[in-house]
Amino acid sequence: MSSNRLGMQTISFSKQPRLFSFHTLVGPLEGKGPFGQDFHEILPNDHLGQKTPEKTERLMLELAIQKTLDQQNVSPQDLQFYIAGDLLNQITTSALSAGSLGVPFLGIYGACSTFCEALGLGAVLIQGDMAQQVLIGTASHYQTAERQFRYPLELNIQHSQTNHHTVTGAAAAILGQRDFGPRLTLATFGTIVDKGLKDSGDMGSAMAPAAFATLKQHLTDTGQKIEDYDIVLTGDLGSQGSKMLKILAERENMTGLDRFQDGGGLIYGPGQGGGAGGSGSACVAVMTLGYLASQIESGKAKRVLVIATGALLSPLTVLQGETIPCIAHAIALEA
Amino acid sequence: MQPKEYQKLVQENTPKPAVVKNMVWAFIIGGLICALGQGILQAALQLEDTKNEAAAVTLAAMIFLGTILTGSGVYDEIAELAGAGAAVPITGFANTITAAAMEFKREGFLLGTGARMFIIAGPVIVFGVLAGFFVALLRALILGLF
Repeated sequence: MSSNRLGMQTISFSKQPRLFSFHTLVGPLEGKGPFGQDFHEILPNDHLGQKTPEKTERLMLELAIQKTLDQQNVSPQDLQFYIAGDLLNQITTSALSAGSLGVPFLGIYGACSTFCEALGLGAVLIQGDMAQQVLIGTASHYQTAERQFRYPLELNIQHSQTNHHTVTGAAAAILGQRDFGPRLTLATFGTIVDKGLKDSGDMGSAMAPAAFATLKQHLTDTGQKIEDYDIVLTGDLGSQGSKMLKILAERENMTGLDRFQDGGGLIYGPGQGGGAGGSGSACVAVMTLGYLASQIESGKAKRVLVIATGALLSPLTVLQGETIPCIAHAIALEA
Repeated sequence: MQPKEYQKLVQENTPKPAVVKNMVWAFIIGGLICALGQGILQAALQLEDTKNEAAAVTLAAMIFLGTILTGSGVYDEIAELAGAGAAVPITGFANTITAAAMEFKREGFLLGTGARMFIIAGPVIVFGVLAGFFVALLRALILGLF
């Protein structure tokens, strides 16, 4: 094993690539939430004049990419890879957004864990001298996700307290070797964790064991404890999944559980109708590049761990009675 | 942790739905929808000659109402509170068809709306017809109509 590996699943990046340019944009509902001021851009409406929500989702991702490139005057020719994913069938939002860029495109699917998977892969490419600058992008839209995974929007459905609300938003970031921006120092890629849960209406409970497994492996691999991080941001366990994660951690006598925060659980305020909290591939992405990045920039947090979780189910597998395979990828960001 | 053990843990720690509150709201709103239907029926009886004709007018009026409330984005809000109180009356049936028709319009009138507007209501129609057939068969057997 090469010297970049720590323990079973963790990679340490001696080059410490930085997130030197990034942009987040969210829908009006997320903008009105408690973290509205942390996002770079709040959209005036959730359609942007597009005919379908799918087209809006694509436009949102393109806008996030354009702003990210413009911010540091990076042209697509300066990028060696574009890694992106979203929630739609065949990750079409990502593919369509890549069309106009002309950058080698790696499409990935990790559901709500996509963002950390993309960042981890980007850092691996840079560490291995395969790239100097890698563009990361992801987007999700409430209306496209409802259609993809659930029911028509106007259908008479009574949501339960464990249901998630997909975040309307997009985020893009460029990873590269500059002397500013949060440093990406560690990545722990998760294994599939499946505890046999089948309720697609409670993805938080299904994903919590995956988040816990990756957290535990990360701490073991790196010889750290939770207190070594100022914030451990999970996404998107929501209120129900966060509760389950705490229970799992308490059973193993872990300390420092007050460092836990959850992107999905935080993004909506009370009375915003978010159920257990936000979800969607954009959720943990906008919370990391919006909220966490501003915490790092202002010096309120020096080291943070982001654990993005994904419930890798499909409407088909749910109907066929399959269990929900879950995953969690962790990345460490430092000031 | 073994899957069984975790599943038990989840079961113990999942918030219970507010059954009593949900039932009360379903009763009130479902009742209001039915009362409205009854009111329309009474009015229709004044205008129509037979009870069957009056019932047809009532159903059409309630379906129209459910469709309008769905199209204006209100019915799903009502259902969030009323649950089955909004789903069971015929306004709810109208909602399932209208909601699907609106949702799939993006893929065009033929292959979108046309092909998929019964995606939610379909099972109700299929099993409604099936149940109707067996009930009619039973009735015929009992009354000796064969």
